[in-house]
Amino acid sequence: MAEIIQEEKAGGKKKAKKHAPHIDMTPMVDLMCLLITFFMLTTAFSKAKIMEINLPEKIKDPNAVPPKIPGSRTLNIILGPNNKIYWYPGTVRPEDYNNLPPLNETDFSANGIRPLLLERNRALFKKIDDFKNQVLTGKISMPPDSVQKTISRMKTDDDTGPIVLIKAYKKATYGNFVDILDEMNICGIARYPFVEIAFYENTMVEKAAGITSNAVPAATPNKK
Amino acid sequence: MPKIKLPTKSPHIDMTPMVDLFSVVLTFLMLTTTMRQPEPAPVDTPSSISEKPTPDFNTLTLLLSKDNKVFLNFDNGPDTALKFRPKILEEMGKRYNIEFTEPELREFGKYPSSIGLPIDQMKTFLDTKDIKAKTALETGIPIDSANNQLADWIFCARTVNPNIQACIKGDAKTGFEVVKRVLDIMADKNVFKFNLITTLESAKINLAEIQK
Repeated sequence: MAEIIQEEKAGGKKKAKKHAPHIDMTPMVDLMCLLITFFMLTTAFSKAKIMEINLPEKIKDPNAVPPKIPGSRTLNIILGPNNKIYWYPGTVRPEDYNNLPPLNETDFSANGIRPLLLERNRALFKKIDDFKNQVLTGKISMPPDSVQKTISRMKTDDDTGPIVLIKAYKKATYGNFVDILDEMNICGIARYPFVEIAFYENTMVEKAAGITSNAVPAATPNKK
Repeated sequence: MPKIKLPTKSPHIDMTPMVDLFSVVLTFLMLTTTMRQPEPAPVDTPSSISEKPTPDFNTLTLLLSKDNKVFLNFDNGPDTALKFRPKILEEMGKRYNIEFTEPELREFGKYPSSIGLPIDQMKTFLDTKDIKAKTALETGIPIDSANNQLADWIFCARTVNPNIQACIKGDAKTGFEVVKRVLDIMADKNVFKFNLITTLESAKINLAEIQK
C-alpha cells in the first residue's frame, strides 16, 4: 500500500508545491493492526464467575454430638459414576443394613433431578419466584443487595422444604459436584450440606450401578 | 502524433478514517484489558447460573487439573507493594529450612501463573529460565498425608494474608477423590468457605410445568 511520491520535473525549474506535505501513514497502520491483534487475543473479556459454598464444620471433638435433622425431610443425593445421580428419601436405620432400600437413578438433565427437587421444594421456590417477579415487574423496588438478603432470609426461615444431603461416590467428578450445587441454587433449596458418604451408601451405589467392589466395608457404622 | 500520457500516480486511498477507527479500538482494548493468565494445565471449568464475579485480589486459587494434579496461585494483594507472594514463599521456606535468595523471591513474586511442584524443587524452578524446563518440573503439589505441602502452603498464605479467600478452579472431568482430599485439607485448616470458579450458563425453569 506504500505510495510513491513522484517528483515532477519541468525544465529543471522547481514548481512550488500546492498541496500540504503528505505523511505516509502505512507503518503506523501496520503497527496498530499488530497491537489490536495482540490485545484481542490476550484479553479475557468475560470474567470468570464464582459460586460460593460453605462446608459444614468438621467436628474435631470426638464427644460432640452431630446435629440431628428430621429424617422425613431429608433427601439423600449420591453422585454416582458416569454422570448418574442416585437418590433415596429419609434415612437408613442400622437394623436395615442388610436389607438396604433401593436407589432411584436419575441424571443432570433438566428432566432429571430438577423436577424432583422442585416438587419437594415447591412452597419455598414459589415464594422466591413470586418475590423475584415482583422485583422484576417493579412492584417492589429495592437495591440488589437487599434482594439477595431477602431471598437468603426466606431460605433460613423455611421449615418445610427438603434438607438435601449431597454425597459423592468416589468415581464422581468435580463437574458433577458443581452441577448438583448449581441445581440446588436453581431450585432454591434452603439447606444442602455436603456430607461424607456412608459405607452402606457405597454398597447401595455399587449394587445399583453394577460395580463389584472388593473393598471390605467399614465395621463400625457411621453415626447419623 | 501526440503520445497518450498514462497517469503515473497510483490511486490514492484516504486512510484517515481507518486509522481513526483503529485508534479507538486500540484505546478501548488497552483500557479494558485484563491479561489472560497462562495456566500450567488446560482447565475447562464447569458452568453454573451464578453471576458473581471473581474477586480481583486476596484470592488463593487452587487449580485442579484433569490428570488430578494440584496447582496453587496467590495474588500480591490489593497493592503490589504488599508483596504477599514473596512473603508466602519466605514463610514456606522457613518451614522447610530452605533459604530463598532475594532474586528468587522477586522471581516468585512476579511469576504470573499457578505453581505446582514440591517445595524442595522450588529453587531449581525459580532459577530455571527456560519455559519448557519449568513446565517439566511442575508435577503438582504433594497432598498425601505423609507429605502434605498443600496444607502448609494454605497455612502460610493465611498467615501472611488473613483476608485470603479460597477459590477452586477445577476441570469438569477432575476425579472427585482429589477434590475431596483438597476439601478435607482445607477443612483441617479451618477453611470452610469456598468459591468455585465457573462459567456462566443460564437455566430456565418453567414454573407452570412444575405445578401440574
